[in-house]
Amino acid sequence: MAKLRIAHNNSRTLHDFHGGIHPEENKTQSTQLDIQKASLPSTLIVPLQQHVGKSAKVLVNAGDRVLKGQLIADADGVISACVHAPSSGVVREISDQAIAHPSGLSAPCVVIDTDGEDQWCELEAHEDYLNLEREKVLKCIRRAGVAGMGGAGFPSEVKLHPANQKKLKTLVINGVECEPYITSDDMLMRTYADEMLRGIEIMARLLEPQHIVLAIEDNKAEAYTAIQEALAEHQGHTSASQYTIELAVIPTKYPSGGEKQLIYILTGEEVPSGGIPADIGVVCQNVATARAVYRAVRYGEPLISRITTLTGDQFKKSCNVESLIGTPMSHLLQEFQFQDSRDARLIIGGPMMGYTIEQLDTPVVKTTNCILAPSAKELPFEDQAQACIRCGLCTEACPAELLPQQLYWFSRSAEYEKAEQHNLFDCIECGACAYVCPSSIPLVQHYRHAKGEIKAKRLDTDKSEKARIRFEARQERLEREAQEKEAKRKARAEAAAKLQAEKKAAAANAESVDPKKAAIEAALARKNASKAETVSAQVSVEELQGNLDKAQSKLDKMIDALEDAKANAPDNVAKLQRAVEKNQLRVNQAKQALEKAQTVSAPTPQAVPEVSLETLQSNVDKAQAKLDKMIDTLEDAKANAPENVEKFQRAVDKNKARVEQAKQALNDAQAASSENKPEPKTETVPVEVLEANLEKAQAKLDKMIDTLEDAKANAPENIEKFQRAVDKNKVRVKAAQDALAQAKSQEVEN
Amino acid sequence: MSIAVTAIIVLLSLAVVFGAILGFAAIRFRVEGNPVVDQIDDLLPQTQCGQCGHPGCRPYAEAISNGEDINKCPPGGEATIQALADLLDVEPLPLDAEHGEEKAKQVAVIREDECIGCTKCIQACPVDAILGAAKHMHTVIASECTGCDLCIEPCPVDCIDMVEVDNGIAGWHWSAPQSSIITTDKGAA
Amino acid sequence: MGLLTRSSPHTKQNQSTSSIMRWVILLCIPGLIAQTYFFGWGNLHNVLLCSITAVLSEAAILALRKRRIGFYLSDYSALLTGVLLGIALPPLAPWWISVIAASFSIIFVKQLYGGLGYNPFNPAMAGYALVLISFPLAMTSNWASPTTLQENFPSVQQTLASIWEIENAPDGYSGATPLDVYKHEVKASTYEAITSQDIFGSGIVLGWEWVNVAFLLGGLGLLALRIIPWQTPAGVLLGLALPAILFSSNPDQAVPLSIHLLAGATMFGAFFIATDPVSSSTTPRGRFIFGLGVGLFTYIIRTWGSYPDAIAFAVLLMNFAAPLIDVYTQPRTFGHNKAKRGPKAKV
Repeated sequence: MAKLRIAHNNSRTLHDFHGGIHPEENKTQSTQLDIQKASLPSTLIVPLQQHVGKSAKVLVNAGDRVLKGQLIADADGVISACVHAPSSGVVREISDQAIAHPSGLSAPCVVIDTDGEDQWCELEAHEDYLNLEREKVLKCIRRAGVAGMGGAGFPSEVKLHPANQKKLKTLVINGVECEPYITSDDMLMRTYADEMLRGIEIMARLLEPQHIVLAIEDNKAEAYTAIQEALAEHQGHTSASQYTIELAVIPTKYPSGGEKQLIYILTGEEVPSGGIPADIGVVCQNVATARAVYRAVRYGEPLISRITTLTGDQFKKSCNVESLIGTPMSHLLQEFQFQDSRDARLIIGGPMMGYTIEQLDTPVVKTTNCILAPSAKELPFEDQAQACIRCGLCTEACPAELLPQQLYWFSRSAEYEKAEQHNLFDCIECGACAYVCPSSIPLVQHYRHAKGEIKAKRLDTDKSEKARIRFEARQERLEREAQEKEAKRKARAEAAAKLQAEKKAAAANAESVDPKKAAIEAALARKNASKAETVSAQVSVEELQGNLDKAQSKLDKMIDALEDAKANAPDNVAKLQRAVEKNQLRVNQAKQALEKAQTVSAPTPQAVPEVSLETLQSNVDKAQAKLDKMIDTLEDAKANAPENVEKFQRAVDKNKARVEQAKQALNDAQAASSENKPEPKTETVPVEVLEANLEKAQAKLDKMIDTLEDAKANAPENIEKFQRAVDKNKVRVKAAQDALAQAKSQEVEN
Repeated sequence: MSIAVTAIIVLLSLAVVFGAILGFAAIRFRVEGNPVVDQIDDLLPQTQCGQCGHPGCRPYAEAISNGEDINKCPPGGEATIQALADLLDVEPLPLDAEHGEEKAKQVAVIREDECIGCTKCIQACPVDAILGAAKHMHTVIASECTGCDLCIEPCPVDCIDMVEVDNGIAGWHWSAPQSSIITTDKGAA
Repeated sequence: MGLLTRSSPHTKQNQSTSSIMRWVILLCIPGLIAQTYFFGWGNLHNVLLCSITAVLSEAAILALRKRRIGFYLSDYSALLTGVLLGIALPPLAPWWISVIAASFSIIFVKQLYGGLGYNPFNPAMAGYALVLISFPLAMTSNWASPTTLQENFPSVQQTLASIWEIENAPDGYSGATPLDVYKHEVKASTYEAITSQDIFGSGIVLGWEWVNVAFLLGGLGLLALRIIPWQTPAGVLLGLALPAILFSSNPDQAVPLSIHLLAGATMFGAFFIATDPVSSSTTPRGRFIFGLGVGLFTYIIRTWGSYPDAIAFAVLLMNFAAPLIDVYTQPRTFGHNKAKRGPKAKV
């Protein structure tokens, strides 16, 4: 078929970008027929995210009846687009469905069973759309969910805000469609040139650009004629049309339809790396988007259908169809006689940048400009990759002026830093390098992989940085709290010490104890040091003991909680029961381990009695404390929950027995150790212990008082309980103080 | 004799001069903090999990700068070990299995209907990523969770699960080409 | 139904590494014909012998490396190395020279580095340099005299006998090359005196100029097919011509430009050797610099070195420099104000 080329008679000087290729166009197959209308499928699968940016928020529920054009998911944030029901029917479900994405993964979709009535909801039409206020127009576009229909599907309304103060120089309307096979924009320009021009006019009113350029490749002669006719007519009867649309015919070369490339061709200016066209005063919109904008503003019609090219040898007849968003591709394939075969591929988009999909019922979305089903003969599967010989053909073809082969070596060997240094992220993945590569290396996939890895790494780094900051902030806070507490404690301890000193002065004013006391303290220090050593030798037993204690206390707590729960929250009982059992098991394990360790370490002399003595002491204390708590609880229970009294009584008894046991053990051990040890030791141990006890008791009391004060402020109903606890603790502190004083005086006597 | 004296004097004075210069330089060009520790800390994954035996990543970074092995960080895995080896110019070691195995990224998730509101996990979390108050249900802020596991143990009712992070389509990216002859070669075709 | 998935692009140009190699080999033919016409069957024989050796060596190493022999041999790169070596070696070099050079090229210079695409040096030239250094006598004394100077065109049998060392070649069969002669006599004699010798013929250099022209034609073919970049040969010729113009204004003192360009392996080197993509620079600007270096070194070695021709050494020297050239010649990327160059360029 002879190709028609338009003569280049531009008033605008065109610039040729570096590289580019001239693949077989294969466009004539699908332009033989007019745009067909696809029949209504029985099911529509509408993805909530059909564009870059955030997924839309779903507004309907399963079972809802929806009308054609009804908003079913609202834009979430600035870069997000509304989604509408493409036809009337009932929402079957909102679930994950395979969507048109190279990963073949699923994403949330609204699945609608159509009722065949295709009943529209009410639309807000604007006869006088050219005189609408700007805000209103923008709202229309946003509510209609118009998104870029050429490539990534960027929400159009965002680009139509004259966001920065810079005057917009050029509004570029992209009708280039440089990818082979695809003709949806071509057919749209042929068929709806007038609507497209009106859409451009709306956008021009919003943006007030100095120039409006409609770019079209020189292989689209018919579209060119159609536009010229429409332009003549348009300018003839629209009085409001103060905008001149410049029609620029550009030479056919791939990828001149790429946004950055097209802007360079038309203006000679480069969009800075990492920037957007607006940075150089340009906004680029696709021709199909222009038409969608017109439909949205003039008729209030949301974007619920698009023109899609069905082409490739596996189709009996290639053509363009107007199909609803959400139409499963299998429906289109069936209707337009797709011939299945063993090595069939479905490419969404063109052969250069399209991606293959795995599942046939993937839905058509706002960006689906082409479904290409080539035969293996037409687009052969790539050969096995040969070695890269650095021929440099890729460098010559690269429109971004990169060094694709260097990027390939770096990507392959995971030298991502170097790849970034070679501007990997300026790669537009157009595929020109892989197209010319004589060694059939899947270059683009290498780059995509490398980009993905780098992005993932960046995310990781960001995340770990955040974690580090949070960790450090927390450390700081804990330290601050500890310091505050310490300061409080010190203040109290000082007060107590003063009190005690006064008492002591009164009690033992006659004797001058100082030198002796000093000697004793020195001995004490020595003792401590030696003990620390022996203790450290005993680590494993102690550790195990610690484990056991921990487990035991957890178990006890559990049991408590369980009992609580039994009383108050019957629904938690089962849960806790399970937890208790688990913990019981753990305690047993710990016990076994401890026993084993103890038998192993038993032969070690001296240390054992010492350790166990202390441990026993603490056991007694612990048991006592628990008992006290129990008794409290019991009393509580007596007052409030008579039905639990019995249970608690039992628990108290048990604990009493335990305390007795512990005391017994302690006494035994003490007796044994006093026999074993030289004299001074027996004397010093209790003092130390007592001191420790005192401190502990004091700390607890402090805490209690704190809590009490808190409670006074916040939880008056608990005050009584806390008050009681404080009192008890005060008594304890007192007891400990007395004991200590007694011990010390004994010591002095000795 | 006088030669020896001269030599000694000269050498002494030289020593004094250079000593002074060195001393001055030590003060003038003193480096605040320990930059190596910062660099190491930057490479660690900041999960603050303590699997290395240190209470957080920074302490481990300090330990590494004092000569500790670089292979004790399971969340960082081989990649971190490699990066540390590059930074410190030492041989990369295989991950020390004693400290755990490299696992896929995880986050903690509280089974909320089982939570009794004990705040134990909140206290254990090194990055304050758990939200809640006493006797109220707690929840994990997934985006802040480092997957360190530290909240699992303290939970009295075992209601915290570690689940692998799945970002779905947003987290997907292209895999490296497999059809390449270079890879098929490996199996000695 | 299971659909097949692939990454884009799904189509590619009809050119493969094999076809590139095939074209290079095919476009050697004009030069080879000229060589045969002027210097007898020797080169043709060498091409055959080197090719067979190269392909067999490649197959053997591939077998040892447990690679798929058929797949790798079908890229024709080993064959091309053999062909280039056969053209470069003296027509009457004994058979073992060809065998050593070709097997060394493939085994040591190419396969031991990892095969096609990984060799930092031009295999053919490394092989050539090896035998030139190792067997200087055999390499310098076996250049055939132009056949037009001999009584009758040497027969195949005579050539074979000489190469396979069955009997001594007839007198006057071999001789020095014009470059060699000019270089040795230029200080003592005048341009007229030197060029009046038979081997310079009536024109510039008898026979050699046509060989060079033939290779130039083949090279232009490669350029037209866009198989080689224009930068490299342009660089080589410029790098050779500039100093030749500068220093050889008096042909009594130095080798004139015409002889530099049309004698020896100039055109062959510029279009077929220096353009080996694997071992040369990869950036467009870098390729020009690479070529310039090759030309410059060729001039330097030809003029002041002890070897008559110098393409091999010049190419090997520039092979060393290629990675560095790449680092400093990164092109500016679209959308960037300036190129990131040098080892410390930051992202």
